[in-house]
Amino acid sequence: MSHSKASTDFLRNTEHAKWHDETLWMIREKRDLASQKVPEWENLRTLASSIKEHVLSNLDQLLLEFEANATKNGIQVHWAKDAQEHNQIVLDILKKQSCAQVVKSKSILTEECHLNPFLEKNGIEVIDTDLGERIVQFLHQPPSHIVLPAIHLKKRDISELFHQKLQTEKGNEDPYYLTQAARTHLREKFLKAKVAITGVNFGIAETGEFVVCTNEGNADMGVHLADVHIACMGIEKLIPRRNDLGVFLRLLARSATGQAITNYTSHFRGPEKGKQIHLILVDNGRTEQLGREKFRNSLKCIRCGACMNTCPIYRRSGGFSYQSTVPGPIGSILSPGLDLKKYSSLPFASTLCGSCTDVCPVKINIHEQLYEWRQEITKANPNHAEILSMKLASGIFKSPLAYRISGILMRKLIKNLPDSLIYNPWNVWGKGRKLPETPQESFRNWYLNHRNNEQ
Amino acid sequence: MEQSQPNVGLFIPCYVDQFYPQVGKATLEILEKLNCKVSYPLDQTCCGQPLANSGYERETKESCQQFLNSFLKFDYIVAPTGSCVHHIKERYSKILNAPELQPSLNSKIFELTEFLHDILKVELQGTFRHKIGYHASCHALRGLRLSKSSEVNTAPFDKVKSLFEKVEGLEWSQLQRSDECCGFGGTFSVKEEAISLSMGKDRLADHHEAGTEILTATDMSCLMHLKGLADKKQSTLPIMHLAEIINQIIS
Repeated sequence: MSHSKASTDFLRNTEHAKWHDETLWMIREKRDLASQKVPEWENLRTLASSIKEHVLSNLDQLLLEFEANATKNGIQVHWAKDAQEHNQIVLDILKKQSCAQVVKSKSILTEECHLNPFLEKNGIEVIDTDLGERIVQFLHQPPSHIVLPAIHLKKRDISELFHQKLQTEKGNEDPYYLTQAARTHLREKFLKAKVAITGVNFGIAETGEFVVCTNEGNADMGVHLADVHIACMGIEKLIPRRNDLGVFLRLLARSATGQAITNYTSHFRGPEKGKQIHLILVDNGRTEQLGREKFRNSLKCIRCGACMNTCPIYRRSGGFSYQSTVPGPIGSILSPGLDLKKYSSLPFASTLCGSCTDVCPVKINIHEQLYEWRQEITKANPNHAEILSMKLASGIFKSPLAYRISGILMRKLIKNLPDSLIYNPWNVWGKGRKLPETPQESFRNWYLNHRNNEQ
Repeated sequence: MEQSQPNVGLFIPCYVDQFYPQVGKATLEILEKLNCKVSYPLDQTCCGQPLANSGYERETKESCQQFLNSFLKFDYIVAPTGSCVHHIKERYSKILNAPELQPSLNSKIFELTEFLHDILKVELQGTFRHKIGYHASCHALRGLRLSKSSEVNTAPFDKVKSLFEKVEGLEWSQLQRSDECCGFGGTFSVKEEAISLSMGKDRLADHHEAGTEILTATDMSCLMHLKGLADKKQSTLPIMHLAEIINQIIS
């Protein structure tokens, strides 16, 4: 389904669509307030962008340094070239531990690799422990936002869901009550789990440690109770030094939710005695993206979600309309690199307003990359009717005479045709908007009559 | 004074030429009143942005060349649009693979209010007794940086509004969302019709609540979309391009 079709469906429920827009706009406003409290905000963005530039230019060396230091710390490092290899590595570790139930905190990478269905097919129960993720997991839905996975749902929906799944009182929508019910439910899962999976926000090459940022403490709870910690990390999540970390931590939570910092910022350097840490470094198309000059700095993304909250299209179409793991503006420049045909409508789901680029804490030129993907998509998936009309337009624009004649014809047509013909179902503009009134003469004609002395 | 009279090439976007000749006239008259020598090259067509934004940039090489042939001879190129100016300034040298063009594009081409602010350094004097709703068109705002966007935390500036600081009676509407896109976006307006309409309606509602009497912008394309929506709902919302307002003030 194209993004346009999916967004039309989303907007049918006008009340819900309005609420969705306003809720995400509120988060954008929180981000504004939080970022305005940091006088050096713009310098931080520039610095973060430059550090990531350095990382992308030296990724091979930094990854080796990271692997060597992590190994020295007692972390077992694995390399996965794609989603399949990643999933298999996780399964092998779980089998070795004879583990049939695993707790997982939020990781967009494991969503990208479709880890949950793979493990479930292999007889392993996965419990997402992030509250929002647990909610969408109950509903067999993917997250609709990378930071706020269940933002498409209202309190009422969650109350009903918990009534069914966790036997809470019917109709009780009190957030505290519902959260307590989820806590009790998850506590039991935490206590039983022998293996815990987390994502990684930052890997530090210099020290071989990695950092996980969460608000609910579920990553720490899972990891500290389990014997084995599996951390899944995209290779672009690297930063060179621990000193660089502060730059990113100051930007991440403020950009994401307007908090100064996430409630938990946990550093993992090595396993406790008798326990194991496995770190899986995943490529899954990242090296290929790194090789695309126009698109490589999309890999600077720290997954804050600010571009989604600010995007007037995302706010009015919801995360599912993108049908990709990472939705919104950043998803629309990452996903075509994974499957150009499947995601071909995403770079067109934008007015190129540029708000995403201005809000991005690592200064990714998102809207310019949307424009560049459009150029690639029309080459790779030729639409012959569209090419014909573009060639026609191109012929008109390069010839002043053809341009003048077509302009005269167009104005005459619009002026003289009956409304029933102009506002027909094929005129998409005319369904919700009037056409401008046609003037007697073009500016050019007026100019010729009133100013031009040259001809 | 004759020697310092800037030689300006007037670029009128294709849809303004065809549908909004009064905006072209106002632009021309403003520049003439401000002592510019203005010519409108008769062989100009379209900047090519509609094709390029649709993914067919490669089909626009000849129209880019056509534009440059018509305009590079002038000291300045001025147009009543942020969007087309942004496209020409930011993309032509890449489309034509001619980086040597960039310095002359940077120093020559201007959106109208940008030209008044940066080059002519105009301070408008006069009266305009209305509450004006200013729609910050995205390509003028975040493309040409005519004012500070709400996302960026730098010192506030607004080249457009600062032109009007000494104009008596003029009041700006205070919007809930100062610079959200109107949803036009060229072919986006038909490719993503539902969202385009929804965005436009939200902008109109914001202006309605703020008490906007006249809606204005640097770009007629945003106004065409918003006016088309308002007309369909049979609501009367007067729109004027900034050029029309400025021309009234200095007449």
